[in-house]
Amino acid sequence: MMNRDECFQILKRHITDEVVVASYSGAVEWNDLNPRALNYFSIGAMGLGSSHALGLALGRPDRRIVVLDGDGSLLMNLGSLVSIAAAAPKNLVHFVCQNECYEANGGHPLPNPNVDFAGLARSAGYAEVYDFSELSAFEQQVGHVLTQSGPVFATLRVQKNRPLIYKYDDLYKASRRVALKAALQGRHAPQ
Amino acid sequence: MDAATTTKAGDTQVALTGAKIITAIKQSGVEFVLAVPDIVTSKGLLFPIAADKELRLVRVCKEDECVGIASGLTYCDKRALILIQYTGFLDSLNAIRAVAVEYKQPIVMMIGLLGHEPERLPTESGRYGVRIIEPICDAMGIPHHLISHDADVPRIKPAIDRAYTESSPVAFLIGRRPS
Repeated sequence: MMNRDECFQILKRHITDEVVVASYSGAVEWNDLNPRALNYFSIGAMGLGSSHALGLALGRPDRRIVVLDGDGSLLMNLGSLVSIAAAAPKNLVHFVCQNECYEANGGHPLPNPNVDFAGLARSAGYAEVYDFSELSAFEQQVGHVLTQSGPVFATLRVQKNRPLIYKYDDLYKASRRVALKAALQGRHAPQ
Repeated sequence: MDAATTTKAGDTQVALTGAKIITAIKQSGVEFVLAVPDIVTSKGLLFPIAADKELRLVRVCKEDECVGIASGLTYCDKRALILIQYTGFLDSLNAIRAVAVEYKQPIVMMIGLLGHEPERLPTESGRYGVRIIEPICDAMGIPHHLISHDADVPRIKPAIDRAYTESSPVAFLIGRRPS
């Protein structure tokens, strides 16, 4: 088992101009660690992060899109695995942090905490599939994972987290959407 | 435009031509169609769109995925049309509430009214699910346009342009099976 924030710290070292799509607890932790215009948090409905990412990946095939999904979130949109595999964007990397609970909703367990997400992604048709439970292995391979021709999927088996402070009004504020669009157009957002 | 045609038997038929709708979609700058199959639009829209090389069809498993995909495309300055059945619209209301309404994204929906009687207004339909669609759109502040015959088709492009100009959602309600 790994800690999500340790995984994200390692991931941060490899992130340059990618759009990072993150939701709920993952978004809070990623934003604390790496605030930037190219973060995308306005998912709106639980589970849709992977779908937003598919739109970005199809719209900007020149740019890599990284999804930081949650296991509870992905279970609410499992069909997106099939939709993404069918659309087959080469520039999409889909991480799911498997902490076996609905962390943002009180930490209640998933109906089945032992879901094999990597197996589901493989069956859905993702081009490359990984499953990490040791931080050293993740650290060694994450650079490779990020450069594979997608769609790429990787499970990060992580522990339940320390309590987080959820500032949704800040995460979802309109200025972030303006800044993201400006950054994708190669300009700075007006202040 | 007269949408009515007369058959050899002298019966008047109201036409809704799928090809005209597809032309309007293309003229609106739409590049992506995001769809879950709907029997109302299956023959007249989805099959021709699937074969159309000027449009990229993205087939998804569940309708709310379309809302996320369309939003992602918006950040890339790409226009998308969501083609679904009213049941899928109802199933996607939370995503539409958040992304289209609260985040003010230009989510463009074309919704087949399964079971709607074309001679009636949707709010007067005998089918409960059809009757509630326009009131739900009204409650959410989503502009909607009933597309039941060819005379309605010219409303499509201005409405899509407006959705993208104002960054707001719009719904087209397909009131009969397009030919």
